[in-house]
Amino acid sequence: MLTANKLLLAACVLLLGSSVACAGLPIQHWQTRTGAEVYFVENHELPILDVSVNFSAGSSRDSRDKAGLAGVTHHMLMLGAAGLSDEEISRRLADIGANLGGGVDADRASLSLRTLANPRESALALELFGKILQQPDFPQAVLEREKARIISGLRESATQPESIASKAFYAALYGSHPYGLVEAGEPETVAALKRNDLTDFYRANYRAEGAVIALIGDVSKDGAAQIAESLSAGLPKGGQPVNALPPVSNPQAGKLERIAHPASQAHILLGYPGIKRGDADYFPLYVGNYILGGGGFVSRLTEEVREKRGLAYSVYSYFMPLAELGPFQIGLQTKREQAEEALKLVRQVLDKFIQGGPSEKELKAAKQNIIGGFPLRIDSNGKILDYLAVIGFYRLPLTYLDDFNSKVAKVTTAQIKDAFARRIKPEHMVTVIVGTDAK
Amino acid sequence: MLTRWLVVLLALLPAVALADVHEFKLANGLKVVVQEDHRSPVVVSQVWYKAGSIDEFNGTTGVAHVLEHMMFKGTKKVPAGQFSRIIAAAGGKENAFTGSDYTVYFQQLEKSNLPLAFRLEADRMANLQLTSGEFSKEIRVVMEERRWRTEDKPQAQVYEQFQSAAYQVHPYGRPVIGWMNDLEHMTVADARAWYHRWYAPNNATLVVVGDVDPQQVLKLAQQYFGPIKPQALPLRKPQAEPEQKGERRVTVKAPAKLPYLLMGYHVPALQDAEHDWEPYALEILAGVLDGNASARLNQNLVRRDQIAIEVSAGYDLTQRGGLSMFLVDGSPSDGRSVDDLEYALQDEIGRVKEDGVTDEELLRVKAQVIAADVYQRDSMFYQAMQIGKLESTGLSWKFLKDYPARLQAVTPAQVQAVARKYLNDDNLTVAVLDPQPMDESKPKHQEVPHAHR
Repeated sequence: MLTANKLLLAACVLLLGSSVACAGLPIQHWQTRTGAEVYFVENHELPILDVSVNFSAGSSRDSRDKAGLAGVTHHMLMLGAAGLSDEEISRRLADIGANLGGGVDADRASLSLRTLANPRESALALELFGKILQQPDFPQAVLEREKARIISGLRESATQPESIASKAFYAALYGSHPYGLVEAGEPETVAALKRNDLTDFYRANYRAEGAVIALIGDVSKDGAAQIAESLSAGLPKGGQPVNALPPVSNPQAGKLERIAHPASQAHILLGYPGIKRGDADYFPLYVGNYILGGGGFVSRLTEEVREKRGLAYSVYSYFMPLAELGPFQIGLQTKREQAEEALKLVRQVLDKFIQGGPSEKELKAAKQNIIGGFPLRIDSNGKILDYLAVIGFYRLPLTYLDDFNSKVAKVTTAQIKDAFARRIKPEHMVTVIVGTDAK
Repeated sequence: MLTRWLVVLLALLPAVALADVHEFKLANGLKVVVQEDHRSPVVVSQVWYKAGSIDEFNGTTGVAHVLEHMMFKGTKKVPAGQFSRIIAAAGGKENAFTGSDYTVYFQQLEKSNLPLAFRLEADRMANLQLTSGEFSKEIRVVMEERRWRTEDKPQAQVYEQFQSAAYQVHPYGRPVIGWMNDLEHMTVADARAWYHRWYAPNNATLVVVGDVDPQQVLKLAQQYFGPIKPQALPLRKPQAEPEQKGERRVTVKAPAKLPYLLMGYHVPALQDAEHDWEPYALEILAGVLDGNASARLNQNLVRRDQIAIEVSAGYDLTQRGGLSMFLVDGSPSDGRSVDDLEYALQDEIGRVKEDGVTDEELLRVKAQVIAADVYQRDSMFYQAMQIGKLESTGLSWKFLKDYPARLQAVTPAQVQAVARKYLNDDNLTVAVLDPQPMDESKPKHQEVPHAHR
């Protein structure tokens, strides 16, 4: 199916001047005996239980010569545990209709479970989930098989313009900082990974202390407490606390990289180090970015590049807040012959925004959308589970969601202009174009 | 052991029986389906038109989707670009999508804003202004979309060629986005003709899911959509696909590294939800082959024999065209060929035909169906999608109620029977991606210091 525009990274909100309360989300928070942080919302409307367990075990924990280790370790957790084979694990989950999920980004590795909340199904699902978290076997034969699959995928990605652009963008933006590593690794580094690397990585990074357990669904507080205790009890303990990431340094000169590719479209990415979670400039930059390129059809970039000139199907900008400065990125794809024209236009739009800031009218519209759309952010257990994990993992205040709208409402045009001017240096941005003729 | 769990599970299930759904029809033919979901103070509103690429003609393929884009280009009351701004100002999200069977427009809003969505949708159902100025810009956007989705995506090209080979008569053979040459020659008059042909209340279903009162929704629907006049709809011809009489093969060459294989067999779609049984058996068969990570294809070909790095099987039983495809696809492991993979997939299919499937496999698939039926209640949007899709493909939302039970009723013998009847070589189309090295064998990196202006 085709969509008229890409669904957007969501934003939060409340009708301006109205008193529609952002109904507070009753988050309960405590620590397990082994030092895991628990974030729980009790909700009996559906007979479902969702749990996620989050570790500071993302790809920024990798070293350059072992790029991909975080991702492979995470992937292998579900493929053999406590003597159960990958087949047995999949079967047992399928037999009770439970879904296992999770992911790895630069900061975080997470595993999640969705199960029917009935005592029988949830007990079986949670028992299996606990084994996966606490007793991974990392079977040698399975590791070899999965490495081969991952390497095939990496080689394929290396031929596709979207992946080429993304990889070049992160490398150019972050240089030797761990955020510059490709999450999935390189064919050579993945090939070299040994079982010991995985067990070491697991023991060092999947520790009970500091793990974040998010829970929502049809279970009582006592039930949730028992679940959290049993999930965290058998996780690795002690050892050295995980080292803090080095800070990201801003580029001191602009960089433009052109990569030849026969595709009919050029893929263009521009960026600069953006913001951290909990950053003092978060709200001005977030609201400002909605106006620049985050607000879908109503953003300046979409208006100028797509609506007025038909130069691209998708053009966007976003801030991805991480533990250290995550990327600010602008992206688009356009017919290769018009790549230069489109890039010039994007730079003009960005310059104008940074120099002049948004208008009062634009700010009002942005606040109306972000504040008025707040209820849509938390209208499902799945969405709330994600918020619980982020709030816990980045140690955001428990009132993060309750305060969101009032913080958005307080943002001024002057703050946005000031924050963008201080934080984004257009002349020092990194630009990657894949799909041009190398000139 | 397995069986016992399932009995327990099933006994508990009716607790989440289908929520309150209400159905109305306005005098002008607009069907309104409302599902109450009071978990959050939000609402999703979707307008489904029975107008998709299946209704297009050669020479103007892609016009259904082009019109979808043009629907945001303004009416007398709401000028171009304003639709999105008004919804955004109400804190809403909105978008649209086009498939082979339908075109859909949706808004997600805080519940008090539902009248706004209705006002805007009713306005553009009847009063769209199509200008050549807006069209000439938007058609460029659509061509960029085609480049992004298809031209530069090797597997998407394989799928397009596959459809084209598998369907020689039926319009499912044409891409939803349209052929590039048709897009290049499309005019605003083509879009206008499409709009006048299909955009009418008697060719649409309004689906609302959320924290609403159905009677209130009906009142609002009457207020906003009620005044729109119905119109005579063109007769739809079946354009039935003649029986395939021998295997078909196509190859696509494109810059890539990984080969890709797509196989498909013509099979029926659901037409009579009450009496058909084959579609349910085909759905279970897809689950036995690829319903979970331990299902046959992944377990045997990826994990055990390591012939493939990825395999899947799929079947969609709701299709307005009345016919469907049973699809199997995958990529071979390094050192194995697409021929090896095809042989292995054929072998798996042959085993189902010869030996059937086990009770245990069936129960496992059914357990997942039951759980999925509960999990989907966590998304209002998804629930609205299901209702809209059923209503727009000649079925009814009422089907949702019976669906899990219908699947429960499928027997191993029925699964084997549909495999034997349909998964045969004479009924098979195979499309293969033959990866080509890029002109530049290694992407050339060129780095230059750059000043922004």
